[in-house]
Amino acid sequence: MIFSQRQKDRFMSYFFFIVATASIAVLFMIMLFLFMEGIPIFQKISPKDFLFGEYWYPTDEPPDFGIFPLIFSSLAVTFLSALISIPLGVLTAIYLAEIATYRFREIVKPIVELLASLPSVVIGFFGMVVVAPFLQETFDIATGLNLFNAALMLAFMSVPTICSISEDAIYSVPVSLKEASLALGATSLDTIVRVTIPASISGISTAIILGMSRAIGETMVVLMVAGGAAMVPGSLFDPVRPLPASIAAEMAEAPYRGDHYYALFATGIVLFVFTFSFNLIADYISNKYRQVGEATL
Amino acid sequence: MKSYAVESTGNNYIRLRKKLTQSFCFMLFRISALINGLALAVIVYFILANGWKAINWTFLTQPPMDSMTKGGIFPCIIGTLFLCIGAMVVAFPIGVFSGIYINEYAKPGRILRIIRLGISNLAGVPSVVFGLFGLAFFVIYLKMGVSILAGALTLGAMSLPVIIGSTEEALKAVPDTYREASLGLGATKLQTIFRVVVPAAMPGILTGGILGISRAAGETAPIMFTAAVFSSPKLPESVFDEIMALPYHIYVLATAGTEIETTRPLQYGTALVLIAMVLGMNLTAIILRSRLRKKMRQI
Amino acid sequence: MEQEYKITSKNLDFYYGSVKALQSISLNFQLHQATALIGPSGCGKSTFLRCLNRMNDLIPGIRVEGEICMDGENIYKPSVDVVRLRSRIGMVFQKPNPFPKTIFENVAYGLKVNGVKDKNLIAERVEKSLRSGALWDEVKDRLHDSALSLSGGQQQRLCIARALAVEPEVLLMDEPCSALDPIATQKIEELIHELKDKYTIIIVTHNMQQAARVSDVTAFFYMGKLIEAGETDTMFTRPRLKTTEDYITGRFG
Repeated sequence: MIFSQRQKDRFMSYFFFIVATASIAVLFMIMLFLFMEGIPIFQKISPKDFLFGEYWYPTDEPPDFGIFPLIFSSLAVTFLSALISIPLGVLTAIYLAEIATYRFREIVKPIVELLASLPSVVIGFFGMVVVAPFLQETFDIATGLNLFNAALMLAFMSVPTICSISEDAIYSVPVSLKEASLALGATSLDTIVRVTIPASISGISTAIILGMSRAIGETMVVLMVAGGAAMVPGSLFDPVRPLPASIAAEMAEAPYRGDHYYALFATGIVLFVFTFSFNLIADYISNKYRQVGEATL
Repeated sequence: MKSYAVESTGNNYIRLRKKLTQSFCFMLFRISALINGLALAVIVYFILANGWKAINWTFLTQPPMDSMTKGGIFPCIIGTLFLCIGAMVVAFPIGVFSGIYINEYAKPGRILRIIRLGISNLAGVPSVVFGLFGLAFFVIYLKMGVSILAGALTLGAMSLPVIIGSTEEALKAVPDTYREASLGLGATKLQTIFRVVVPAAMPGILTGGILGISRAAGETAPIMFTAAVFSSPKLPESVFDEIMALPYHIYVLATAGTEIETTRPLQYGTALVLIAMVLGMNLTAIILRSRLRKKMRQI
Repeated sequence: MEQEYKITSKNLDFYYGSVKALQSISLNFQLHQATALIGPSGCGKSTFLRCLNRMNDLIPGIRVEGEICMDGENIYKPSVDVVRLRSRIGMVFQKPNPFPKTIFENVAYGLKVNGVKDKNLIAERVEKSLRSGALWDEVKDRLHDSALSLSGGQQQRLCIARALAVEPEVLLMDEPCSALDPIATQKIEELIHELKDKYTIIIVTHNMQQAARVSDVTAFFYMGKLIEAGETDTMFTRPRLKTTEDYITGRFG
């Protein structure tokens, strides 16, 4: 049978559409399998005890499956790293978009991209062998593998995300708005603070949320430098065990379809819910508060 | 004349203060930008300074010896290459076709929005969750076992958003006049896409492919449960064999080996090989893309 | 006689990179008069206008030679504070460009960045400026709505009011009506007439009738040069040069 060009065209457009749904299909499969393998743990322990239980001793007899210390660790590490990465990322973005000369911009942008491309295992390794001994000696603490070190390393992983998305947003603020401000006798700084940033705030917020989402989901860095203690940290220099680290470290030893295995998948669900909601919020913000363009006529 | 003189003396103090504030803030912005460069430089410097001593012909071409304390990382290099190639075989066509659908076919509306949401959320899934998914779906459910195939599929799923994003950007940069000219000559939409639009966007699409490979090469968590092993006596013979890989090798040597201190040079050496691969690919992609953007600007 | 001139430009050359965009422009602007700059697209009239408040400084790779003096002081002297200069010279752009803030905030912006903190004073000046911008009656009940909710003509009058709030001495207008409909244009032209008494106005326009209606003096630019300048009435009835006459009568464009 011979198809006409028209039929072929039509057929291909369906084909492309089906392929394009692959991402959604994968996302759906991820959710499906996380839930399939994670839900059975709740026959042993209530969701409330799982989420808020203070003890994570999955291999004890009887085991304790309370992931509160892990959740707390994840949030602490993410929050602390955000304290470093948000100013660093946003200020760099402002510098690149508004102040830097063309030549400098052409040098710094690739550097930020290369920073983003460093494999997480290499950053983790660096944190282990360089930063940890340094921290241990400088602050005279028991171990350099701790909350602070992990947050610092994570910050450098989320800076590129925050920086490049914010920069796009700042850069696309119409020149006419900046000119109007300067023509009124505002300084460049006034213009940045009062016009450019407010006009691009939705893009900057999106950038920050995505950066934090990256930090909370990052695995190798926290696995290697966070120290691994499953307890609620009392200070900046206490070792912690964030959610991804716990999953990565224990999965190999967890007996297939045992309680520990189910509990780790359930931990994965919690982690997924965190990043998924971060992403939904980011998407909501960037759609709802679409950047203002040229004044509409 | 109005009383400008009076007004301006009153304002002088404010103006001076403003000027100082501005200089201070701009300095802060500049320092932030420099810190990023410094971070990259420091990390690369430490790996390079400590790693280059470990690099020699034996290191690159021999398997590990004496229970991992000596010898080379040849199987890891091969393993990482196999995983990357495998991931691209899966992800590149799917990513490019998805990009084509989104940019050439899809009309703005709910369906497009859902697809985009899916892609951006997929990009945000933590790498360890990909690992869990790979384990549950490919390794166990589809009975692939811990294998190159399972690892490549997991990495492929993970690098999909990168490739879709680059393809979209590359297609968007193709001027509409190309499409109109081709359609105006009586070509069908499909012919236009494959003979005019895609060739024009090819460098950009390939850039996306390179970025995808480099992302796949550096990831550890997704292959931990699906493909990688610490030590394998032989090179893989089929896609169902398990495999050694550079990132996993670094991780295990640095954290779980029996002789962590003795193998430190090997760890640095392996890290150096990995970042040389990844940064090399990224640099190529960046240069390719900036050339491309310049060319597009001229049109 | 010198004192009467608010701004004087002497042998001004302007380069974009290696391209000479303005050649030896010498032109004086009298206090409390409106001067129209006319000429075909790309003739340099907008570039010249943007030299007057050093807006061109923002473009990389430009060079200015010669001098522009305001009240006898060269504004291109290194010691000149550009920010201060711009607060003395207001500017209205081709397309209305209100900030994505409220109407009130738009007008108050220039005061705030110039260090005015007194709330009552700000409110007072905002009202005064909006009245001068002939917009007060239309917006007094919704000062705290977004400026983007206004129509194009209202937005442009808001931009004028915003410029007036800083109490500039000179007002530069870069084709302020080119994006507006005829009715909105008429309102702006009336406004320019009123503002002339208090400010020195320099307006770039494409529209001959507009130049004839609003200006006292007209200057004709062509290919980066100032061809002819003089009283608007004379320019439009008895231009000295053939080129000017051809342009004004629409024989080329």
